Amino acid sequence: MSEPAARGLTRDDVVHVAKLARLALTDAEIDRYTADLAGILGHAEDVASLDTEGVEPTAHPLPLVNVFRADVVRPSLDREEVLACAPSSDQHQFRVPSILGIA
Amino acid sequence: MVIKAGWEIVIGLEVHAELATATKLFCGCANAFGSEPNTNVCPVCLGLPGSLPVLNEQAVEYAMRIGTALHCEIRRSVFSRKNYFYPDMPKDYQVTQYDLPINSDGYLDLPNGKRISIVRAHMEEDTGKSTHFGGTGRIQGSDGSLVDYNRSGVPLVEIVSGPDLTSADDAKAYVAEMRSILVATGGSDGKMEEGSMRVDANVSVRRPGQPLGTRCEIKNLNSLRSLVRAIDYEANRQIDMLEAGERVTQETRHWSEDDGRTSSMRSKEEAMDYRYFPEPDLVPLDPSPEWVARVAAGLPAMPHDRRRLLATATGWSADRSDSGMAPDNDAVLTVVEQDLDALVLAAVAAGADARRAVNRAANELTGSSRAALLDPGAFATVLRLEDDGRLTATQAKAVIGELLEHGGDPVAIAAAKGYEALDTSVLEGLVDELIAAHPAEFERLRGGDPKVGGFFVGAAMKRSGGKADGKAVTALLRSKAGLS
Amino acid sequence: MGASHAVHVGPGSSETAVSIADDVRAGRRSAQAVLALHRTRIDTAEAEVHAFNLVLTDQAAEAAARVDETVASGRDPGPLAGVPIALKDNMCTRGLATTCSSRILEGWRPPYDATVVSRLAAAGAVIVGKTNLDEFAMGSSTENSAFGPTRNPHDLERVPGGSSGGSAAAVAAGFAAASLGSDTGGSIRQPASLCGLVGVKPTYGAVSRYGLIAFASSLDQIGPFAHTVEDAALVLEVIAGHDPMDSTSIESPAPSLVSAVQQGHADGVHGLRIGIVTELSGEGISADVLARVEVAANRLRDAGATVDHVSVPSTVLGLSAYYLIAPAEASSNLARFDGVRFGLRMVPEGSANVQDMMAATRAAGFGAEVKRRIMLGTYALSAGYYDAYYGQAQKVRTLIINDFQRAYQSFDVLLTPTSPTTAFAFGAKTADPMTMYINDVCTIPSNLSGDPAISVPCGVGDDGLPVGVQLLGPALSEALLFRCAAVIEKGN
Ligand SMILES: [Mg+2]
Ligand SMILES: [Zn+2]
Repeated sequence: MSEPAARGLTRDDVVHVAKLARLALTDAEIDRYTADLAGILGHAEDVASLDTEGVEPTAHPLPLVNVFRADVVRPSLDREEVLACAPSSDQHQFRVPSILGIA
Repeated sequence: MVIKAGWEIVIGLEVHAELATATKLFCGCANAFGSEPNTNVCPVCLGLPGSLPVLNEQAVEYAMRIGTALHCEIRRSVFSRKNYFYPDMPKDYQVTQYDLPINSDGYLDLPNGKRISIVRAHMEEDTGKSTHFGGTGRIQGSDGSLVDYNRSGVPLVEIVSGPDLTSADDAKAYVAEMRSILVATGGSDGKMEEGSMRVDANVSVRRPGQPLGTRCEIKNLNSLRSLVRAIDYEANRQIDMLEAGERVTQETRHWSEDDGRTSSMRSKEEAMDYRYFPEPDLVPLDPSPEWVARVAAGLPAMPHDRRRLLATATGWSADRSDSGMAPDNDAVLTVVEQDLDALVLAAVAAGADARRAVNRAANELTGSSRAALLDPGAFATVLRLEDDGRLTATQAKAVIGELLEHGGDPVAIAAAKGYEALDTSVLEGLVDELIAAHPAEFERLRGGDPKVGGFFVGAAMKRSGGKADGKAVTALLRSKAGLS
Repeated sequence: MGASHAVHVGPGSSETAVSIADDVRAGRRSAQAVLALHRTRIDTAEAEVHAFNLVLTDQAAEAAARVDETVASGRDPGPLAGVPIALKDNMCTRGLATTCSSRILEGWRPPYDATVVSRLAAAGAVIVGKTNLDEFAMGSSTENSAFGPTRNPHDLERVPGGSSGGSAAAVAAGFAAASLGSDTGGSIRQPASLCGLVGVKPTYGAVSRYGLIAFASSLDQIGPFAHTVEDAALVLEVIAGHDPMDSTSIESPAPSLVSAVQQGHADGVHGLRIGIVTELSGEGISADVLARVEVAANRLRDAGATVDHVSVPSTVLGLSAYYLIAPAEASSNLARFDGVRFGLRMVPEGSANVQDMMAATRAAGFGAEVKRRIMLGTYALSAGYYDAYYGQAQKVRTLIINDFQRAYQSFDVLLTPTSPTTAFAFGAKTADPMTMYINDVCTIPSNLSGDPAISVPCGVGDDGLPVGVQLLGPALSEALLFRCAAVIEKGN
C-alpha cells in the first residue's frame, strides 16, 4: 500500500487534468481546484489506503447479463429537428472549427 | 520495395470490420452506407443527453461468428468507455471492450502456411465522419469540418493480430485472407473501398535476433496497395533513422497515398490517457456455452478449409509452406475467394475434370455477377466436350460466355454456333495439306524443335476457321513425324 | 412553526394525488379546475420560492383538457388523471427546454421524451413545469443552479435541500400534487426530509433512466416526491416497470405499492424486525434529528415490529467511495457537452480550432461545482490513479453491499436519519465542498448498493423545521418500505 504522500496532488497534475477534461480554467480556478481536490482526496484516503485484498470490484449494482435488442430498424429522427439543435450547421451537417488531429 | 539487408520488419495489424447488421450497435437506426448526411441518427447515436445504449443481439452473433472463424476463445466480456474528445464521436467517449474482450487468443493461417496469432477481436462502435473544408481540404490546415453521424454507432469488430507478420506481402495476404473469412462468416462485407473494412498497421524494425523495436501505428490505409506501400515506406524510414543514429518515436502516423509517405498525426507531448472504465449503461455480455456451440455449428466452411477441399479434388497441395506459390494454387485461391468452389465441386461431381474446372472457373467465371446462376451440370458438360476434343479451348470459352449470358444447353449452343468439332478424317486431310505446304518446318519438327508445333497449330486454326482442336492437331503431327 | 416566513402548503390544505385522481376519474372535479387551483398558487408564490425553471402553461392546459375529454367520453383517463406533477429539469421533454440548471444547455430542446414523461402522460398526469436543481444534480442545497437557488417553502431563508430542491419545493408549496426527482446520493430523500415530504429512491433499475440526463449512471434513479406515502406509492407504480430503452431496467418491484401502504395503515408491521444503523445514527447527526429517529422507532414498535441496533461497518466508507465513483462517471457522462451538436458554443477570441472551442464552451457553460467534480473524476480515472481511487472505491462498494446483505439476514428493514440536520441557511455550507458533501452521509450507501430507500416525515426539529427519517431495505423491497413508512406517517 502506497503512502498518502505518494499520491500528493500537484498544481501541474491539475493543469494536466484540466486539459484531459477539456476545461479552459483560469489560474485562479487551477489554484482553487488544486486545494479542493487535495482536500477531497485527503478525505478519500480512508478508501484509497484500505486493504481490499481479495475483494472483487462492483461496477454495477445489478446482477444482470445479456440484455439485448432485436436487429430491427426503428425510425430515425427528423434531420431538420436534429440540426435545429446545432450551434452551427451547413449542408445538413454539423459544422465545427478545424480539427487538429486527435488529441 | 526492397528492405535493406540486415534488418527485419515486424508488423501487427488492426483490422476494423463493420458488421453486416440491419441496425447500429446500440440503437435502431439503419446501418447503411451512402445515405444522405444525418438521416440515420437518433438520440442514442447522436449522444444526446439522457439517451442510453441497448446492445444489438445480431451484432453479438456476428462477432461470435468472426471469433469462432478465427479460432478464438469466446468469453464473458464487458463494455468500457474509452474517453477522449473528438467531434465525430458524439459522446466524447467510445464504447468498446477493453480488458475483457468477447474474442481472444485465436489465429489465422495464411495461404502460404504461416500462422498469425490473433490477440483479440472485440466489439466497439464506429464514429461519425468529418469532411474538411477550406485550406488544403485535409485535416491539417483546414478552415473547419462538417460532421455526419450516420456512421456513428455502426457495429465494429476490431481484430488485433500479434506482431507476427514479417513482410508487406504477408501483411497483404493476411488482410486478403481476413476479408475472405469475414465475408464467409456473413458477419461483414469486407469492402475496403467503402471503408467497411479498415486496416491500421503497427510497424517496427529490428536487427535479426534483437528485441522488438519501437513501433509506429500507420493509419489511412484504404487499399491493399496502400498497405504494402506504406509498410515498405515506413520500415525504410525507421531503418534510415536508426542507421543515422536517431531514435524512432512511438506515434501514430498518417499515410498519404498521393505523396507516398507517412507523417506524424499528433504531437508527442499530447500523451493519450483514455481513462477506460466499465460502461455503466450496459450490462456484461456472457454467452452461454450452448450459444457458443450453436454459432460454431452454424458456421459455413472457411476459405482455408474450402481451398483444402479443392486441392484434394484436384490433387494439388493448397498450402505450400514455401513462399513461391504454384500458379495452380492461385487458381484455387481465386475460385474460393470468388465463392465459385461449390460450383466447381458440383461440376466435378457431374463428371468434369477437377483441374480443368478450377482453371476455367478462375479464368472465365470471376468477375461475372451471373456466375452464381450457372448450372453446374451445364458447366461440366462444356468441360467434358472440351476434354473429348469436341470443342476447342476457344470454343469452350465462348460457350461458357453464352451460358453466363443466357443459360441453356451447351450442346445446343455449340451446334448453333457451328462448333461441330472437325471429323478426324477432315482434320487429317488438313494436317497433310499443311505438311505438304511447309516441308522445311515439318523437317524441323521431326528434328525435335518444339516451337514449330505452335506454328502448325496456328496454321490449322486459321485454315479451319477456329474449328480445329489444337491438341488433336498436335497429336496428329507428332504421330506423322514419328515422335509418338 | 419557528420559520420566519413560510409559504408552505401541507397535505391537509391541498388535495393528495390519490384524492385528485379519484375525484377526476369519478367526474367529481375537472382536471382543468385542479390545474387552475395549482396555477393560482404558482402565480402567488413562485416568485418567492423559485421552484421552476419553466412553468408549462399551454401544454398543461391542453393535457388537463384531454383528461377531461377522456373522462367525459367514458374512457379510462389513467391512474393519475388530472394530477398536477412537476418534473426535475434533468428529464427530457420533447420540444421543451431541458436545462439541468446549466448554461451549457442554453437553447436546447430535446427531440424526445424521457420514458417517465411518456408514462406520466399516459397515466393522465398533467405536467405543470420543469423544476430547478443543483446544476447537473451536483449538490445538496440547489444553490448550485445557474438560475439561482430555490427557497424552502417552510422557511424562505433556508435551502430546500438538493439536488432535487425545485421538485421538493414545488410540492411543499402546493404548486404540484407530486413531483419527480433524481437521486444519485440522496438528491430525492434529503430535500424530501428538509421540505417535509415523502421521497423515494427506488431499487436501481426499477424506473427507466432513458431521458434522464445522467450524473452518475450506476447510481442515478428517478423517484417521486409526495405529501403522503400513498401518493408516492401511486406515482411510483406509474413510472416503474421494464423499459426496453434502458439496459439496466428491471421488472416493476411490486405490482401494488398502494395496497402495501393501506396494509401498513390498517395492520401495522407485526413481526417485522427493524434495525437502527449504528454507524449512521451517532456522530455528526444533530440530537434533534436523532430524537425523531427514536420516535419513528417507537411508532414501528407500537405497530408490532421489534427494533434493535445493527452495525453496517463499511457504510462509514460510503461518502469517500461515492465522491470517487460519482465524479468519475460524471466526468465521462458530461464529456458530450462540447459545443458541437447542441447547447452552448463559445469560440475563444483568436482561435479557430475545435479543441479550443470545446474547452472554452465547457469552461463558460459549467458552474464551479460541476467543474470541480469533472476535475475530481477525471483525476480518479487517470493513468496511475485508477487503482488507488476508482478501483478501490469499486471494491468498497462490494464491501458495503456485503455488509447490507449480512444485516438483512437479521433485519427486514433498516432505519436511519435522512439528513444530519434540518434545512440550513443559504451560504452556510458553501465555503468548503466537504461540508456540503457530508449532508449525504446517510443516503449515499443505498445508492452504492442499489437498494431502495424512502424518506418519510417524522415531526420537526428544535427549530420547528421538518425532519425525515429513512427506511432502507434489500433490492425490490419497496412494498415493505412503504408499509413501514405508512406506520411512521400515521403517527404524524
Ligand atoms: Mg478500437
Ligand atoms: Zn441511432
